[in-house]
Amino acid sequence: MLLFALRRLLLAIPLLIGITFVSFIVIHLAPGEPIPGAEEDISRQLPKEVVEKIRELYGLDKPLYVQYWNWLSRVARLDFGKSFQPDGRPVLTKISERLPVTLFLNVVELIIIVALAVPIGVLSATRQYSMFDKVTTLFVFVGFATPDFWLALLLMILFGVQLGWLPISGLRSLNWEYLSFWKQQWDFLSHLVLPIAVATFGGLAGLSRYMRQSMLETVRQDYVQTARAKGLSEQAVIAKHALRNALLPVVTVLGLSLPGLIGGSVIIESIFAIPGMGQLMVQGVFARDYPLIMGNLVIVATLTLFANLFADIVYGLVDPRIRLGGRRRRR
Amino acid sequence: MRGRARLLLVMVAGATALFAGCGRDTSSLVEETASGQVTPAYGDTFVEATIGDISGLIPNLTSDGASHEVGNMIYDGLVKADKDLNYVSAMAESWQFSADCLELTWRLRRDVKWHDGRPFTADDVMFTYQVMINPKTPTAYKEDFLAVKHAEVLDPYTFRVTYAKPLAKAIQSWSMWILPKHLLERYVADGKLKESPENSRPVGTGAYRFQEWKSGEKVVLVSNNDYYEGRPYLGRIVYRVIPNQGTIFLELKAKGVDLASLTAIQYARQTEYPAFRKAYRKHRYPSSAYTYFGFNLKDPRFADRRVRQAFAHAINKQELIEGVLMGLAREATGPIRPGTWAYTDKVARYDYNPEKAKALLAQVGWKDNGDGILRDKDGKPFSFTIRTNQGNEERKKVAEIIQQRLGAIGVQTEIQVIEWASFIKEFIKKKRFEAIVLGWGVGTDPDQYGVWHSSQQGPDQLNTVGYANLEVDRLLEDGRASCHQQERVKYYHRFQEVLAEDQPLVFLYFRDALPVVSSRVYGIHPAPSGIFYNFDHWYVPKQLQRYTSG
Repeated sequence: MLLFALRRLLLAIPLLIGITFVSFIVIHLAPGEPIPGAEEDISRQLPKEVVEKIRELYGLDKPLYVQYWNWLSRVARLDFGKSFQPDGRPVLTKISERLPVTLFLNVVELIIIVALAVPIGVLSATRQYSMFDKVTTLFVFVGFATPDFWLALLLMILFGVQLGWLPISGLRSLNWEYLSFWKQQWDFLSHLVLPIAVATFGGLAGLSRYMRQSMLETVRQDYVQTARAKGLSEQAVIAKHALRNALLPVVTVLGLSLPGLIGGSVIIESIFAIPGMGQLMVQGVFARDYPLIMGNLVIVATLTLFANLFADIVYGLVDPRIRLGGRRRRR
Repeated sequence: MRGRARLLLVMVAGATALFAGCGRDTSSLVEETASGQVTPAYGDTFVEATIGDISGLIPNLTSDGASHEVGNMIYDGLVKADKDLNYVSAMAESWQFSADCLELTWRLRRDVKWHDGRPFTADDVMFTYQVMINPKTPTAYKEDFLAVKHAEVLDPYTFRVTYAKPLAKAIQSWSMWILPKHLLERYVADGKLKESPENSRPVGTGAYRFQEWKSGEKVVLVSNNDYYEGRPYLGRIVYRVIPNQGTIFLELKAKGVDLASLTAIQYARQTEYPAFRKAYRKHRYPSSAYTYFGFNLKDPRFADRRVRQAFAHAINKQELIEGVLMGLAREATGPIRPGTWAYTDKVARYDYNPEKAKALLAQVGWKDNGDGILRDKDGKPFSFTIRTNQGNEERKKVAEIIQQRLGAIGVQTEIQVIEWASFIKEFIKKKRFEAIVLGWGVGTDPDQYGVWHSSQQGPDQLNTVGYANLEVDRLLEDGRASCHQQERVKYYHRFQEVLAEDQPLVFLYFRDALPVVSSRVYGIHPAPSGIFYNFDHWYVPKQLQRYTSG
């Protein structure tokens, strides 16, 4: 097992370099440059010599492979460089400012989604075609089909404007600094209700349907039949024997959604004015802020690779068939 | 005595309002007191929604609107634009040109202090000049400073620049934000200005001091009580970053923000209900950007100005403005911003007249042989592609309406919408276009040498349509070479006449700026330049203050 993990880890290094290389080429191929000045405003134009000077300053005048090599050798020393945008702050600082919010929101969302999707999936599977199954199916599909931004606006109008129960946007009220500790926590939480509700509603369908499908397959297996035959209560059959096995594919799906945790949702973040990773990345792309885009990509790519590896290992641990698969074949 | 009585009245009215069940809505009582004099008061927090985050806190290095707005509060220049867009003294006490317009001597105010308490002197002005011309400074505003041949500090409060040739924009160029030498000097030489601590904790001389910037969330400024023009009334300004126009609008409805810019449809249709009108005052004035329908003048089909004039007649500008912007724009007659001293509307106008358009095209040789399509003598139909950039619904709609109007006179067009960066790189810079719908932002100074002079047609230059007219060339040269406004007016009036005659572009409209401000804020006096010129005199009467300012 250890050897397996180690080998996968070593293989991940060339893969990561490959990913960064391709991304580097692609973002530099996109037209546009990180040069100050608005193309459309007569009063903000740069003479040609100045543009060249700035290119030189950023190292953009060198051939692409040299630029990539310079970037790679700096990243190898964990120096992700400084943003090309006028604030000129280190890329890592900018990312670390935004990461906690996005991570927190997404983890909470994921927990809620799992907590809701698993029971919904199990219940709809064990009571297939019942009223409960039909209603939840309808509900999760409505959630799946509803555009995020539209639902968000409706909820904002209802709870923010009409009823005035919840804040509309942002993470904290303007007078946050002057509130007592508990009021601060409450203020923060009340700002999170709507974005989390919208994101959860949209994300529920996928996982709950997956759970339902997997459960349906499992309850038809012979060993479930056996469990029933030996006289176990229905509850024990489902909870102990069927659920554990039915959860396996769900674990894989969850593992793959880990990198998404730091990506952040651009739509939700922009509509609720949440300063998260999604917005940072979009801003970086628009400004052609290459160090920022690359820094972001490296982190997401690394996490994806790790998540894959992690999911494989966990899968192997949970499911003996996979761990012992090779040996069995030899027999 | 009278003031006291009025205040009491206000309080009674307030109480009634409370009982009437609209307690949060204090603005209803403003109307009653507004007729009389309301006493300015210090304090309160002013919350402004901004759709984009600022990109840095040294505005000289930034080129986005949000950064400039915040920068304008923190930093001052030697001069500033007044309500009529004329330049008046800010940190300069006075200035004087030599008779040949080459030497410009500034006398500086002696009572200006940096936010850290250090006095502001001519050394800071000299320093800012050096920052601007330093090749390692990534700023978009170098050009006017590169025109300076020689700069010298005569004494701590006298500064003189000498230009190689007269520069009409000289005065305006010194509205540039002046930077503190004592804090930034050591970063400039290595081109590390962006990395200086002042780029995240700026120190300026302006009306507001910096307090906090939470990236992607908000910027907070507090009033500078030692401001040389007097302490500004509003105690605190919070710029809230809300990247979605719909959310901004909902925050307005919920009174979460005090100032925001509306879209045309929000302004015209969605804010005309009593509660909104009570809580906010809507303002409307021409912005400094116009939208145009342009042609590649190197294309022989567009080279004859009668063709362009015909198009100007074929397009119904009023219909465009109604259809695209709910009427919230003004017809453009040329490229100069209306309301500025150089503007004139006494130029050739093109009324909507399809018959005249057809007649003009027929003169050039485009004839309709009965199938409704204009063809040249070889039978080739008049057809071309109109291109515009993605992400701008307004321009797309403009293109569609133009397409229809041109179709009506027998000119067939297709519309292609392209992502901005590719649009500029592949089509504009390489001049691979036939017709475009685009816009220009224009400054307060009428000098537009870069856009219209025949020498400016290179791939990285601004005369993208390839306009060349000897008279215009001369007018532009003369116009930028004089420092006397009375003289320049003549050049620019003539310039507008020629352009209107030539129609190198069909000038469509100047869109209106549509800000709304909370009605509890007093002291706003709309003027040609807009409403923001006297921001430090805006105030909220004591009884209407909503926030305690920290």
